[in-house]
Amino acid sequence: MTLDMTAPLPTAGDTAGPVIDISEVRKVYKTGALEVEALRGITLRIEQGEYVAIMGPSGSGKSTLMHILGCLDVATTGTYLLAGEDVSGLTEAELAVIRNRRIGFVFQQFNLLPSLTAWRNVELPLCYAGVAKAERKQRALEVLARVGLGDRVEHKPTELSGGQQSRVALARALVNKPALILADEPTGALDSKSTADVLSVFADLHAAGHTIVLITHEEDVAEHAERTVRLHDGLISSDARRTGGVFA
Amino acid sequence: MSWMETLRTSFDAIRSHRLRSGLTMLGILIGIAAVILTVGLGEGAQQQVASAINSLGTNLLVVSPGSTTTGGVRGGQGSSSALTVSDATALSSKVAAPDIAAVAPTTSRSTALTAGSTNWTTSVVGTTPAWQSVRARTLSEGRFLTEQDLTSDAAVTVLAATTAQELFGGADPVGRTVAIGSTPFTVVGVLASAGNSAAQNEDDQAVVPISTAADRLFGGSTRTSVQSIYLEATSSDTLSAAYQEANQLLLNLHHVTDPAAADFTIASQQSLLSTATSVSKTLTILLGGVAALSLLVGGIGVMNIMLVSVTERIREIGLRKALGASPVVIRRQFLVEASVLGLAGGLLGAALGVIGALTLPQLISSTITISPTATAAAILTSIAIGLAFGVYPASRAARLAPIDALRSE
Ligand SMILES: Nc1ncnc2c1ncn2[C@@H]1O[C@H](COP(=O)(O)OP(=O)(O)OP(=O)(O)O)[C@@H](O)[C@H]1O
Ligand SMILES: [Mg+2]
Repeated sequence: MTLDMTAPLPTAGDTAGPVIDISEVRKVYKTGALEVEALRGITLRIEQGEYVAIMGPSGSGKSTLMHILGCLDVATTGTYLLAGEDVSGLTEAELAVIRNRRIGFVFQQFNLLPSLTAWRNVELPLCYAGVAKAERKQRALEVLARVGLGDRVEHKPTELSGGQQSRVALARALVNKPALILADEPTGALDSKSTADVLSVFADLHAAGHTIVLITHEEDVAEHAERTVRLHDGLISSDARRTGGVFA
Repeated sequence: MSWMETLRTSFDAIRSHRLRSGLTMLGILIGIAAVILTVGLGEGAQQQVASAINSLGTNLLVVSPGSTTTGGVRGGQGSSSALTVSDATALSSKVAAPDIAAVAPTTSRSTALTAGSTNWTTSVVGTTPAWQSVRARTLSEGRFLTEQDLTSDAAVTVLAATTAQELFGGADPVGRTVAIGSTPFTVVGVLASAGNSAAQNEDDQAVVPISTAADRLFGGSTRTSVQSIYLEATSSDTLSAAYQEANQLLLNLHHVTDPAAADFTIASQQSLLSTATSVSKTLTILLGGVAALSLLVGGIGVMNIMLVSVTERIREIGLRKALGASPVVIRRQFLVEASVLGLAGGLLGAALGVIGALTLPQLISSTITISPTATAAAILTSIAIGLAFGVYPASRAARLAPIDALRSE
């Protein structure tokens, strides 16, 4: 696992300000007459290079928050500054560039294209980044090898186990070397060996300066992060930084 | 993402949804082939009729007994025998009708011909030597009828190409004897084929002197009456003058004072042509309507498949957006996909239509003209349908937030 993952850091100006800065974010889902308030006023700052775990019971709004952070969804109210820039003012085309170059997103449901093989799924972000064909394949294969799927590159998603699919999804999030990595339960479907592999990938990325936010239900996964944010019913119930193995 | 890249993505998508892509193309293909064939059939029929009329001769007028006015005591065309040999003689007067170049009275009847042991029933036409120039026919062998044949009631006949072939096979019929009814006739000539465009019976007839026909073949009351008189004007400019002269002369001869009550009808090629084309135009419009309908049905099929396909793929659109595809790139992908399907279906349909237009006339005896306008219009329509219903929903989906698109079912 010696792939160079040093990526351009997310910059707005260059002072290492917070990468993520959201305040009073609310998200209301309307289903018919029923309104569900999934997020009820979240204020959170994540600095550049931080490694954050988000925990909380099922339905507490973790995925909802992650989608907003990943510019895949918009908050009902509240502001979101990504590297100092208010994303609500950006056009769809500008958001597409941000999703492509600056954010790597691992979906809870993987969301692989069923008609494409593993490596073709992984190369997709590179297609939209305008990378040449030969380089795309090479990079896709490298990243797949790195997540331990070097021997499954020609398999289609239906021919892969759940854990293997989750690692393809992770490889796809990493392939464009994004500065910010958002992973929604990347280890949820993995055994302890694969979990350790994936966590060591994250550790490398963290060491290389990438900002990592991951959702997990497992305390021992969260322990690898420097900071744990707990959600409860759409609100932050605790936000703890760990220094030297002790929670501050 | 470059256009090349987009094209590759589109081909991948088309290939990975083979059935759906195939059905879309089939819809377009059938619609276009139907348009090409039906419109071609209509136009072909129109052309066939026109060239058949044109092959009758040039600057031609045809006088037939009976009036065109309906009602009254007179029946339809040809029901009475109001035309006589003397009418024809009067019309050939250079003084009374200076603009009429030639006159050919004709009377015909279907009769059995026998040569040796071979029998063949065909139309026996009694006429004068002028018939050849009026009908613009040439001879492949021998000679045509002469004035001498006419005055001497000669038992001679000129056979049309098919008739000669049927009776004598490949052998030269000139000088041989053929029995018309029970009367032996000597074959003096063979007419060259009138060509493919002419009506089929032009090449299947036996021409005899009108005097011989009246005296020896048909006999009875038909002795002096003729079925129709073909007139040739001196030139296309004098056609209407010739018409006037013939009309006036015949009105006088038949003692008719009211032109509306004339007991004969004079038709020009032009009037025959316009009647025939107006009929076949109606046919073309009718067939075109059927074709348009089949294109519409095909189009609705394409529409359905496209809509379903895009709806099914909204999740894919959401994912591609999440990975960094801008709405423009998404729209472009679906645009290329729909165009490729539309174009492939269109070209295949055009090919099928053209192949059909070339092979069908050999199975059914009708001409199919390939109309470039109809073909182009059909291809454009189907591509437009594909684009409208492939791109519009995709472009709407491209505007959704990625997560909303990903959640859609
Ligand atoms: N599209 C939606 N429409 C309506 N309600 C929704 C929608 N998505 C999520 N919710 C609701 O919002 C709340 C938060 O959902 P979310 O998916 O963020 O939970 P989560 O913390 O990720 O849970 P899990 O750990 O099970 O993944 C839930 O009550 C859920 O029912
Ligand atoms: Mg979730």
